[in-house]
Amino acid sequence: MRVSFTVNSEPRVADDVWEGESLLFVLRERLGLPGSKNACEQGECGSCSVYLDGVLVCACLVLAGQAEGSEVVTVEGLASGDDLHPVQEAFVEAGAVQCGFCTPGLVVTTHDLLRRNPSPTDPEIREALAGNLCRCTGYEKVLDAVRLAATRGVWTDAGDDPGHGLPSRSGAPRTRGRDDTRSRAEETGP
Amino acid sequence: MTVPAPPTRQPFAPTTPVTGGIGESPRRPDGSLKVKGEFAYSSDLWAEGMLWGATVRSPHPRARIRSVDTTKALLVPGVLAVLTADDVPGRKTYGLEIPDQPVLAWEDVRYQGEPVALVAADHPETARRAADLVAVDYEVLDPLVDPEAALAEGAPPLHPKGNVLRHIRIRHGDQAHPADVVVTGEYEVGMQDQAFLGPESGLAVPDGEGGVDLYVSTQWLHVDRDQLAASLGLSPDQIRITLAGVGGAFGAREDLSMQIHACLLALRTGRPVKILYSREESFFGHVHRHPARLRYEHGATRDGRLAYVKARIVLDGGAYASSSTAVCSNAACFAVGPYDVPSATIDCTVVYTDNPPCGAMRGFGAVQTCFAYETQMDRLAAELGMDAVELRVRNAMTTGSHLPTGQRVDGAAPVAELLQRVQAMSLPTDRPAGSLDLRTLPGGVSNTTHGEGVRRGVGYAAGFKNVGYSEGFDDYSTALVRLSVVAGEPQVEVHTAAAEVGQGLVTVQAQIARTELGVERVVVLPADTQVGSAGSSSASRQTWMTGGAVKAACEAVRDRVLDMAAARLGRPAADLALEGGVVVAADGAGPAGTAGIDLTDTSADVLIPLADLLVEELVEETREYHHRQTRALAPETGQGEAHVAFAFATHRAVVDVDTELGLVKVVEIATAQDVGKAINPQAVEGQLEGGIAQGLGLAVMEEIQVVDGKVRNPSFTDYLIPTVLDMPPVRLDVLELGHPDSPYGLRGIGEPPTISSTPAIVAAIRAATGRPLTRVPVRPEHIVGVPGPEATEGPPATAGRAGPPEEAAAGQERRDPDAEGG
Amino acid sequence: MEFLQPRSLPEALAEKAERPEAVPIAGGTDVMVELNFDRRRPEVVLDLTRVPELGSWDRSEGGVRVGAGVTYTRMVAELADDLPGLAIAARTVGSPQIRNRGTIGGNLGSASPAGDCHPPLLAVGAEVEVASASAGTRRIPIDEFFTGPKESALAAGELICAVHAPAATGPQQFAKVGTRNAMVIAVCSFALALDPSRGRVGTGIGSAGPTPLQALEAEEFLQGELSSEELWESRGPLGAAAVARFGELVAAAARPIDDVRGTAGYRVHALGVLARRTLTWAWGQHRTGRS
Repeated sequence: MRVSFTVNSEPRVADDVWEGESLLFVLRERLGLPGSKNACEQGECGSCSVYLDGVLVCACLVLAGQAEGSEVVTVEGLASGDDLHPVQEAFVEAGAVQCGFCTPGLVVTTHDLLRRNPSPTDPEIREALAGNLCRCTGYEKVLDAVRLAATRGVWTDAGDDPGHGLPSRSGAPRTRGRDDTRSRAEETGP
Repeated sequence: MTVPAPPTRQPFAPTTPVTGGIGESPRRPDGSLKVKGEFAYSSDLWAEGMLWGATVRSPHPRARIRSVDTTKALLVPGVLAVLTADDVPGRKTYGLEIPDQPVLAWEDVRYQGEPVALVAADHPETARRAADLVAVDYEVLDPLVDPEAALAEGAPPLHPKGNVLRHIRIRHGDQAHPADVVVTGEYEVGMQDQAFLGPESGLAVPDGEGGVDLYVSTQWLHVDRDQLAASLGLSPDQIRITLAGVGGAFGAREDLSMQIHACLLALRTGRPVKILYSREESFFGHVHRHPARLRYEHGATRDGRLAYVKARIVLDGGAYASSSTAVCSNAACFAVGPYDVPSATIDCTVVYTDNPPCGAMRGFGAVQTCFAYETQMDRLAAELGMDAVELRVRNAMTTGSHLPTGQRVDGAAPVAELLQRVQAMSLPTDRPAGSLDLRTLPGGVSNTTHGEGVRRGVGYAAGFKNVGYSEGFDDYSTALVRLSVVAGEPQVEVHTAAAEVGQGLVTVQAQIARTELGVERVVVLPADTQVGSAGSSSASRQTWMTGGAVKAACEAVRDRVLDMAAARLGRPAADLALEGGVVVAADGAGPAGTAGIDLTDTSADVLIPLADLLVEELVEETREYHHRQTRALAPETGQGEAHVAFAFATHRAVVDVDTELGLVKVVEIATAQDVGKAINPQAVEGQLEGGIAQGLGLAVMEEIQVVDGKVRNPSFTDYLIPTVLDMPPVRLDVLELGHPDSPYGLRGIGEPPTISSTPAIVAAIRAATGRPLTRVPVRPEHIVGVPGPEATEGPPATAGRAGPPEEAAAGQERRDPDAEGG
Repeated sequence: MEFLQPRSLPEALAEKAERPEAVPIAGGTDVMVELNFDRRRPEVVLDLTRVPELGSWDRSEGGVRVGAGVTYTRMVAELADDLPGLAIAARTVGSPQIRNRGTIGGNLGSASPAGDCHPPLLAVGAEVEVASASAGTRRIPIDEFFTGPKESALAAGELICAVHAPAATGPQQFAKVGTRNAMVIAVCSFALALDPSRGRVGTGIGSAGPTPLQALEAEEFLQGELSSEELWESRGPLGAAAVARFGELVAAAARPIDDVRGTAGYRVHALGVLARRTLTWAWGQHRTGRS
């Protein structure tokens, strides 16, 4: 079957989709967006977290056809060109990225938390992130990253904005990665 | 602390500060890619014309294969190959220490999930459906699942040489040492799983000339390549392995998983083949931590000095050898703990069974024994009426202590200090009375208590293990370092085969290069087999070994560059140094003889920029780094200088326990660990915090439940790892006491956090409940003392969990993959 | 596999009637797991997420009608006043991602003995509204809905449309035991609803039997205690002996087994504890007039 929906503000079409494929499979294998991860494919780990019509969901639990006509935002849609989103920047700075497999899911979940609750308490952060498993960090620096992102006060309005692809953000300038030249020169990975 | 020998050149002082050298916490070079979702993990790889591989696995723990019929599978449209053991052109088995594990089983199946056949197809669903159509005719046999039964006289031999894979005997001191107080205990450690998030995966691309390129998540590229060469019938240089992005390892990627399989399919079909395990398949696709039964006897004098320790340890190695022989040796060597004891009698045996194969997992045998000996120490303290920390301090190892294997501990062994440091940390405050935030209570928002029955407990533990490989193995790492000028600026490239698995090795390699060569811009190239072996990312060894290799290669590059500069400038090379991308006059008053480099002194004169000195030239050097020699353990006594170095840590855990329901909330974990030298302090903290999380998991929730050889819980629904609501705040006290013969005085750090964190947590639960708790993971049944199959005070009589596999009954819940139909 | 995406309830019912084997999917938190794990390969999947009639709830007939498509997130945020026990239960489910997608209809449709919605719905005496193209609409009392492990009284061609429940007149509680502090399938769970307007006590037990259960003897016992001592009106203290007896009777109503998550003995023990505690809290709320 054919599935058409908007991903990261771009209209996309996937053809020859088997009806039993998940949205996660379509994003990763058909639309060239492997940022959302497949650590468990049963909704237990949160590594596939994306926005579906402004709501945080596990893409592995969405059947491809259920996304027809919807707006999907993935981790690949949060940065702006080479500029990291402040949540992404905070994760790198705080040392919250080790193997990084959980990171895309955590970044999207944190993005969702902070746009709804810009100054969360620690218990609120933990409850919001309870669906994202990490095996490397022990979560300490993940919490540091969320707190750091919150202190940067990026969102001026809290509350839901269902129906919008990208959550609104204040006009505050995006934080560039420190020392961008070196970041580019050093970026490794096949 | 011993002062290391001075470097070949005087340490330099930079004119412009180089940021990102050792001792700092610079940004990870792969961090931006990872947070953007652009970092290519092995599961993200894609190639034009790519096929998907699927693996046919035995559902039976023990069976004879009568026949394998692939005809129906081959007829499925889209299927391009179906392979069996007959299609393995070279050696039909593989293995890290003993090649006893079939690439694809023939004749015998020895564990549930053992691979029997492979399918390649153009869509993963097609491959799965075709795999279902491979008809394997099994003669199902009864599995041998009890390690004691496997050890017993007359047990059917599971392998030609019998069921004992290794037995280590350690006899230390006077075996009849007198004691005033004796404590005995039996303990059990369940099967933990590494549960890395990135599934086993890789892409094999045939090169059209009979060879293959493999992009894969693994821990040791060259050992993979050697096993691939043997089984594919190729020479090693026909196989090129490039490390793809790794989603965690923790020991589970030391053994091969899909590597030979993907290459077989790729070479047969002439097309790239990707294999990607599902989470469920992953639980069958890698080795687990050895379950253990440990019987201990501690004797002490009335004034709290250890007189003797006797330990009998049985490790269930499962179906194949993996790295069991080394795990056995480790468990034995570290069976007493970081304590001085005049007499030790240790027997540690690892046996074959038809249970899932076990092998390397962070802590590698020292985890299991630490749970036992630390519980024993607490019980001894109670018998003696002594404070539990005081007893440990009184017997603590120091520099100059000897292991029960006779090896002298050189380097820092600050066991007493580490214990005192965690004890001295203030305790967390009690929950504010009256305020009801469920999230601070055991059970959390599941609303099981509003404070009723909740008691707090505090527990301590100390642990240690070796760093690096042991018993005479000549372990080494290799690094190529290249200095050149790119766009008018000096640039260093570092090329090793070292597996970055998340720990931050790529960052550390760049930091070392910056420090040694005084060049800011460093590129760490992708790890592949085009350069010599870096050894395994395990045994807490990589920063030491690959760091040492990078350092040595940098020193060699520096020597050549300074010789070039000397010739150009007409000055002795000994008067020159590198910093800030330029050659300077060496500051003779620099901090000589220290491992640390002072990057803050900017007083030196610039003589010639590297860009002008090198211009088009590049200076490249490759070096191997070997650690000092180690020796085997003597067969009858277990004596020998088997280890390179040791790493020590202590933990204190504070828990709140709902004593009526047996639910635990860990409130805080504090740790003190000596890391020698923190090359990257932020990454050090990350390793300590992450290791503690895995220790917490083993303490209260993680267990692969195996009954009659079958895994009952191969999913994240029922193999529970800690969430952010389970992990508490962590307090760290990191000591840097140096080390005599390591790069910069560093010591390995990754494993000690998983070793004594588990017993500290269980000790805290005991303090809160008064329960003996001789088994980990601790289950609510044990805490409340409810009668039942596993709610016994000591370890159960048989291995595995109780209860028949049931279909349609309670406990089958909405996400149970075992449920029939819908 | 066929994927059907009806845009209205009549269309959904028509499609289900034509293809009775069609597996309904809403949030996918159960069905997709089975699909991804290769446990199930339905020939036809019926997506209900575009059926607007299922996605809302309203107050009517002195109670609440909750559309089958209402998610756990909405139950937590919007139903805390009308169905507090259900709201507490919804908060214990999975994670934010799961709560944003999982629905009350899906929970009922899977009919697992461990479903978190079931005990609170049993405790309030809810009714499940189902419909089919051929037979129209009917209501199934919740205590007749679960017929076996993962089996319900849904007839061929029927879809779950809504759940009807009386609005709370008194305190409700729900407690769930799991071996981790988040994202757990219940080892056992217990729901309690006090209904002072009718002098009734309702219970629900999860994960301790082949289906969700009620502790009828415990309910009768407590109702008797409360009325004979005139405690509903006086809001006096409930004696420790009565609380203990209530706990014993709840535990006795369970029919658990041993499995990967826990033993039968533990489940029985834990239910007694949960029953005593939830009763103490609920009665405490009643005494202070809080709900």
